[in-house]
Amino acid sequence: MMNLKVNIGNLEIKNPVMTASGTFGYGPEFDPYIDINRLGGIVVKGTTLHHREGNAYPRMAETPSGMLNSVGLQNKGVDVFCNEIYPEIKHYNTAIFVNVSGSTVEEYIETAARINELDHIPGIELNISCPNVKEGGMAFGTSCPSAVAVTHAVRQVYHKSLMVKLSPNVTNIAEIAKAVQDVGADSVSLINTLLGMAINAETRRPALSTITGGLSGPAVKPIALRMVWQVAQAVKIPIIGMGGIMNATDAIEFLLAGATAVQVGTANFIDPTVTIKVLEGIEAYMLRHGISDVNELVGGMRA
Amino acid sequence: MAYFNINHHQHSEDLLIVGKRDINQSYYVLTLKSSYQFPLIEPGQFVNVLVDNSPTTFLRRPISIYDVDFEQSTIDLLILKAGDGTRKLAEKNIGDMVNLLFPLGRGFTCDASVGKVLMIGGGVGLAPLLFLGKQLVNEGVEVHTLIGGRSKDYIIEMEKFELLGKVYISTDDGSFGEKGLLTANSIISELSAFDKVFTCGPDPMMKAVALLCDAYGVSCEVSLENLMACGIGSCLCCVEDTVDGHKCACTDGPVFNTKLLKWI
Repeated sequence: MMNLKVNIGNLEIKNPVMTASGTFGYGPEFDPYIDINRLGGIVVKGTTLHHREGNAYPRMAETPSGMLNSVGLQNKGVDVFCNEIYPEIKHYNTAIFVNVSGSTVEEYIETAARINELDHIPGIELNISCPNVKEGGMAFGTSCPSAVAVTHAVRQVYHKSLMVKLSPNVTNIAEIAKAVQDVGADSVSLINTLLGMAINAETRRPALSTITGGLSGPAVKPIALRMVWQVAQAVKIPIIGMGGIMNATDAIEFLLAGATAVQVGTANFIDPTVTIKVLEGIEAYMLRHGISDVNELVGGMRA
Repeated sequence: MAYFNINHHQHSEDLLIVGKRDINQSYYVLTLKSSYQFPLIEPGQFVNVLVDNSPTTFLRRPISIYDVDFEQSTIDLLILKAGDGTRKLAEKNIGDMVNLLFPLGRGFTCDASVGKVLMIGGGVGLAPLLFLGKQLVNEGVEVHTLIGGRSKDYIIEMEKFELLGKVYISTDDGSFGEKGLLTANSIISELSAFDKVFTCGPDPMMKAVALLCDAYGVSCEVSLENLMACGIGSCLCCVEDTVDGHKCACTDGPVFNTKLLKWI
């Protein structure tokens, strides 16, 4: 019997395949394509205290082996999430994490406290790394003191699994991972998107209304893998790896680099069934290599 | 009311190319066959096509449904070679498979509540109007079509629309039909004789049509061509600014009544 269960701190999830925030809606969008209950977990769209319209269109540009986005945390706010969305997703038999963002530490605290009351939400992913908002977001995640401040503050009001999503737009990501671990993060997820931009040479205009946006997709995978490996050397808490995972091989590479679980993001746009293929591909790999416990792969890169 | 309104007819499927027709150097029609009976497909809905995994065509390409044969389980796509994706798709041949997500989005309001409609298509914007026109004619609606293009070469598939009803043509250079933009076509002066306008084409054209419809007091539905990534409402990239805030063109549209848009 093969074991696919992994532990994210005190939280056991049924397998290491999760979805990345902002790429999977709230789950129901994918009901026509897959059985969401088979996934280890899903991270739903970034949620803020107040309703946000997000940035102006255009907010997406295709780039070589990837894409830029500057959605800017469009969401209806935590009240609508709790009152209208949560009742329609709480039946899923998968670990639902809510990605939480804010412009101020107080907003993070208030939003996290609201979500702490929801029985069927075992964790939040603290988003201190969104590159597409003017205030807050990535500003919190690019320096140790501010990352510590927001993580510490949320830890006081949030009593379930606290995952902190890290920005790759920093000099030393391991330092920030360690800093949030030391103030109570149960896990870290990385990487959020890399700040990038695109210009249309014909029109001389930026491709995005915000000029800059977040780069994702296979183009970022080598950077993501390197950062997961670096963070794995520095922290004891589980790492949830992401960045350009398109298939099971990509996912296994992240596990080998030190991730306990993975999030599949942009690939959901190309193939809404990809998460199940990643899961089945991991099982096939384990069979082929005679591995009975997926945890054997975690940090299993050979010297 | 439920928060989520998910179309459970949508699915991912590999379809077989059973027909390929080059209209001219720029336009072609692919006929794709499913192994299954089609679900309900509405005029104005679209498919999201996987081109391949080449670096420059990373995302799927959203393409309007041009025609549907429910008996044969075939779907026609009228495609303009506009970029790498649509060019690569044009290299596919009969016998090749293409993966689609379909049917996606909300289509045109297609019922007998209107007596006489004008469909206005610019360039490849003609694509979603054929299936609509056929359905409307089946409902007993009188269908007129106004087609515009740069020159005679850009006026395509006219004969298919002539089977539905009267057709009016405008070309920028006057090489066919009336000279000038389609918004200057003489049929426009009779807009108030129509109960409804359906339009698809370049943004400036659709906006000009929306303004005219507003001026003539005619209800107008537009099919937007906003850039999309997922096509299923999960990425929130293709939003249009509406009176109710940002709405996804892929799931709340691509068809919108212009009274909901901030165009006028």
